[in-house]
Amino acid sequence: MPALEFARAIKAKFGELISEPAEFRGEVTLKVSDAERIAEVCALAKAEMNFDYLLDITSVDNYGDDPRFTVVYELYGLTHKFHLRLKTDVGEEKCELPTVTTVWRTANWHEREIYDMMGVRFRGHPDLRRILMWEGYPYHPLRKDFPLAGKPTDLPEVAFTKSAPLEGGPFVTVSGCKDSTVREPRSRTPESAPIQSIK
Amino acid sequence: MATVHDIEFKDPQARIVSAAAIAGVTTPVPSADLPDMEGERMVLNMGPSHPATHGVLRIILELDGEIITKAFPDVGYLHRGDEKIAENMTYTQFIPYTDRLDYLAPLANNVAYALAVEKLHGIDKQLPPRCQYIRVICCELARISSHLLGLGAFAMDVGALTVFLHTFTQREYIYNLIEALTGARFTTSYTRIGGVSRDLPPGWVEQCRKFLDGVVVNFDESEKLLTRNRIFMDRTRDVGVISKADAIDYALSGPNLRGSGVDFDLRKAHPYLVYDQLKFEVPTGSVGDCYDRYLVRMEEMRQSARILHQCLDQLPDGPVSIPDGKTVLPPKEKVLTSMEELIHQFILVTQGENAPPGDVYFGAENPKGELGFYIHSKGGGTPHRLKIRAPSFVNLSILSHVLPGHMMSDVVAVLGSLDFVMGECDR
Repeated sequence: MPALEFARAIKAKFGELISEPAEFRGEVTLKVSDAERIAEVCALAKAEMNFDYLLDITSVDNYGDDPRFTVVYELYGLTHKFHLRLKTDVGEEKCELPTVTTVWRTANWHEREIYDMMGVRFRGHPDLRRILMWEGYPYHPLRKDFPLAGKPTDLPEVAFTKSAPLEGGPFVTVSGCKDSTVREPRSRTPESAPIQSIK
Repeated sequence: MATVHDIEFKDPQARIVSAAAIAGVTTPVPSADLPDMEGERMVLNMGPSHPATHGVLRIILELDGEIITKAFPDVGYLHRGDEKIAENMTYTQFIPYTDRLDYLAPLANNVAYALAVEKLHGIDKQLPPRCQYIRVICCELARISSHLLGLGAFAMDVGALTVFLHTFTQREYIYNLIEALTGARFTTSYTRIGGVSRDLPPGWVEQCRKFLDGVVVNFDESEKLLTRNRIFMDRTRDVGVISKADAIDYALSGPNLRGSGVDFDLRKAHPYLVYDQLKFEVPTGSVGDCYDRYLVRMEEMRQSARILHQCLDQLPDGPVSIPDGKTVLPPKEKVLTSMEELIHQFILVTQGENAPPGDVYFGAENPKGELGFYIHSKGGGTPHRLKIRAPSFVNLSILSHVLPGHMMSDVVAVLGSLDFVMGECDR
């Protein structure tokens, strides 16, 4: 499988920095152990392996684990038509990693969105502002410790200062809980009911 | 008797004085040292509620006269936190939210989301053939519907209202078909994880064929109105040119990428459903301007009609969902009479489908471009993280690169040709 060969070639270049390629549902994932070198790995993947098309950048909040955040890069090559995923972990205290806007310009808005939603900063980004929330909003809503119901803010110039009226939404579900009141509570904060999954 | 006065002065100041004298009024003579406007930049706010921004896009433009020098798109006015909501519900419960992404093609979003979740569960190869054909029909109907609106709105923005009325008539017929199929005109929620919610109603195939015969005529009419229309060509040719390299670097997708001459279509590159068994061509542009993007959309609609005809001809019989009862809710009469189905029903409703831990990314060729879902699962019935790769979001990020150097009036042409939807961009 050529995507696996690309992954092995990257591993051969960087050695210990890159984990063994993991395969799931036909997709290859590489873990970059040092977030500081992610831009370097991306630049090489683009220059030498023709991954010229950056599909997406995402972040995952592993609330309760250390390091807390994982940043996920979805790479694609339009000529060879293979997909490769790069992952790297970022700790909560530092919460910063180098930007890849120098490699692909499309990274600009994706990185702004991650900064906005999770609070992970990208060093060297040309314009790191909030993108979906408004300037001056104090929280990062996709973090797991931000409740679904929202948090009130008392900033004077903010358009929306009360939490959402549905108290967490009528359809909030924690699958696999013991009864329906626990499964679909009126409101749920990460502190009151941690997410349980079926074991 | 009225006297005709000729006022012919090259100097505007002298003209004002002369005109005032003729009219017999005393106007303050403008001072000789008018402020020098040259070199001054003006900041103009466009949107978020502007007819040409098709929703709530705001662009802050810096103008030098009529020429744009800088453009800052500002998105997020329709942000509803879909990704946060997805983390708090089962995979099936999120299907109605996908209707609200690209709300001009809800059927295609439903299909893309269902395929992503099925990929995570590893059941995407088990879909019955009839289900796959029905899903292709949904995707292509959605594509025609979305492109018709995109085309009509684009033409209206550059001054051709007739096309808009023409295309909206056809969209009405599509909505009738969708209503017969799903029970809703707009918020379809048609797919289920592992199938679709119901089979085609009786007589639907004939209705669809009838619609296709009519819509092809409509394509011809719209083309006659636009493709060789002098005004339309002047407004769109060599306007908003996106080079091949820029299109790839900004990761544009869909007709915007193909308009710039990149021959890339996920239906061909990574055929999902039964696209590998259907004959269709992928049009590409040569210049990458607004006119090319228009031509690509026009041809894509014809190809979609071609795909639809093949699907309706080849449509196999059989179940429309994976029939094991463990992925899709079993039929109600079986739930009420048989123990096993009752258990399946109970588990599916209370716990959702138990997904394996892992990461998947699935991208589908939607009308607006590549709609991708990245699902990070830690096991259980809810995703730990669900990220929506929205094509409109990515396509709009090129605005600050493409707009500078254009006239103010070209903004509407560029926006119309990029064909975005804010519901999807802001999620």
